[in-house]
Amino acid sequence: MREKFENTGNKDTRSGFGAGLLEAGRKNPDIVALCADLTGSLKMDAFAAEFPERFIQCGIAEANMIGTAAGLAVSGKVPYVGSFAGFVTGRVYDQVRQAVAYSDTNVKICASHAGITLGEDGATHQIMEDTGLMRMLPNLTVINPCDYNQTKAAAVAIAEHHGPVYLRFGRPSVPNFTPADQKFEIGKAIKLIEGIDVTIFATGHLVWEAITAAELLDKEGISAEVINIHTIKPLDSKAVIESVARTGAAVTAEEHLIAGGMGELISGLLARELPSPLEFVAVDDLFGQSGDPAELMKLYRLDAQNIVLAAKRAISRK
Amino acid sequence: MTNNYSLSDIASQVRRDIVRMVNMAASGHPGGSLSSTDILTVLFFAEMNHNPEAWRRDGKGSDMFFLSAGHLSPVYYSVLARSGYFPVSELATFRKQGSRLQGHPSIERGLPGVHVASGSLGQGLSVACGAAVTKRLNGEENFVYALCGDGESEEGQIWEAAMFAAHNRLDKLIAITDWNGQQIDGPTDSVMSLGDLEAKWRAFGWEVIVTDGHNLDEISAAYKKAKAGSQNGKPKMILMKTEMGKSVDFMQGTHHWHGKAPNAEQTAKALSQLKETIGDF
Repeated sequence: MREKFENTGNKDTRSGFGAGLLEAGRKNPDIVALCADLTGSLKMDAFAAEFPERFIQCGIAEANMIGTAAGLAVSGKVPYVGSFAGFVTGRVYDQVRQAVAYSDTNVKICASHAGITLGEDGATHQIMEDTGLMRMLPNLTVINPCDYNQTKAAAVAIAEHHGPVYLRFGRPSVPNFTPADQKFEIGKAIKLIEGIDVTIFATGHLVWEAITAAELLDKEGISAEVINIHTIKPLDSKAVIESVARTGAAVTAEEHLIAGGMGELISGLLARELPSPLEFVAVDDLFGQSGDPAELMKLYRLDAQNIVLAAKRAISRK
Repeated sequence: MTNNYSLSDIASQVRRDIVRMVNMAASGHPGGSLSSTDILTVLFFAEMNHNPEAWRRDGKGSDMFFLSAGHLSPVYYSVLARSGYFPVSELATFRKQGSRLQGHPSIERGLPGVHVASGSLGQGLSVACGAAVTKRLNGEENFVYALCGDGESEEGQIWEAAMFAAHNRLDKLIAITDWNGQQIDGPTDSVMSLGDLEAKWRAFGWEVIVTDGHNLDEISAAYKKAKAGSQNGKPKMILMKTEMGKSVDFMQGTHHWHGKAPNAEQTAKALSQLKETIGDF
C-alpha cells in the first residue's frame, strides 16, 4: 500500500509555500507579498529578491499589515500576507473580519508554523485554534495542504481564486509524497486510499500519518479509506457523505483543537445528514508546550498509532 | 446638480441630511458627522479628483477616499449621494433592513463610493496605505485620502499605519483627523489624552497641517497645501480643529450627541437652525 505514496524526501510545507508564491508571482504581476519581519521563516525571500518592488516589509505590526493588504486588494493587487499562524489569525482577528472577510477583499492570508509541530517555541506560538477562527468567517476559504508539493500547488492555485483565503502550513520537514505536477482544486477532497471498514479524513501534516495508519490497519485485516481534506472550507460534503455511506464509520485527524477544527465540521455534517460513529484525532482543550515536534505529536496523540486506535473505536461503535 | 450651490450651501444641506437620517433611523452618530461635515464637503465638492458616475471599487484613475471612522456614515452617505454616487432618495433607507446604507459602511450590497467596510476603529488608515502603495506601483498620480477620528487615534493600529506610511514615503496619502476633542465617554482629555497630537504626527515623520475644520477657505487651503507636497516624500496629516455637533446649538461641543438620535421635537429644533438649500431628500 505504501508504494503508492513514495516519500520523495522530507521537506517543510512552508518551503512549498515559498516556491508556490514565487511561481505565482512570475505568472501574475499583480501579486504582491507582505511580511511582518519573518521573511526567512515564511520562505518569502526568493520572491522578495526577485520582485523587490512587489515585496512589502511591514515590520512587527500585523494589524497594519492586514489593513494594508486589504487596501492593496481593493485597488486591484493580489496580496499574499505571510506570518506565523497565530499572528495572522487570533492577533488580528478583527482586522481579518472587517477588512478582509466582510469586505470580501482578495487577500491571501498565508500562515506558517501552524499547530504543535512548531515545537520548541512553546504554546505562545503553537496556535491550534486558527482553523476554527478562520472558518467561522463568512467569505473566507480555508486550506490546509499536506506536504511540500501540495502546499506549493495550493499557493499557486489561490491566486486564480478571487476572494479571501486562509492558507495554513507548517514548520517541520515532513514526508513529501503528492505529485509535483498536481493541479490543486480548491474544495475538492482527494481520495488517497479506498477502503470499506472506516474512513479516515485527514488534513495537513496528519495526512501522511493517516496513510501510515491505513497500512497498519491493513495488516490487521481492517480496510481503511483515506481522504485528504486539504480544503476545510468549503468542505467537500459530497465526498464525505459518499465515503461514510459506504464505510459506516469515520475518524478525523488534524493538528488542531477539536474545537473549531475540521473534525467538528465533519461531525456536524454527519450529524445532520448521516449519523455515524466518529472519533477525533485532535487536541482536546489544551495548550501545547516546548519540545521536539515529532515527540509532541506522539504526546498529544496526533500520530498514526492514535489514528489506528481511533479507527478501531469508531468501527466498534457501528 | 450641486454646481449652482456654494460649499456653504452644500454643507448646510448635508447637515440637514445628517439630522434627518439619524432621526428617521432612530439611531446613528450625529455628533462627529456634524463636526466633519465641512471637511468632507470641501473634499468631495472642491478638492478631490473623482468621477462619481464612473465609480469603480478599485479606484483606478481616480483619487480614493477611505472613511476610517465608520460611525461617521451619515455625513459620508450624504456627501456621496449629494455628489452623485447614488440617488439622494436612498438616504431615507439609512440603517433600515435591506438597505445599502448599513449602520456602518459595508461593501456587501455594492454601495457606490464605499471601497471597504469600516466601523471597527483604527483600520481605515492602513487600508488607505495599501491603496497608496498600489497607486505608486501602477505609476498613478492620484491621491488617497482617509478620515480618522481623534478618539479613534487611541487605537494602536493608527500608529502602526503612521510608521508604515512614513517609512514608505507615501507622499500622496493625505490623512485627516476630525479633531473635535470628544468621544463616547467624554472629552478625549478625560478619557485618554492625545497629548500634543501635532508633535506626535511630526515625530512619526509626517507633514502636519493644522487648520480650522469649520472654515471652508482654510480647509481648501489645507488640502491644497497637502497636495502641493506630493513629491516631498512625506505622508500628510491635516489636523482639523472642529466641534462635535457643529451648527446645532444643543449638540455642539458635547459628547452627549456622539451616538444618539434626536427625537421629533429635537429634530425640528435642529432643522430650524440649518438652512435647506439644495432640497431635502
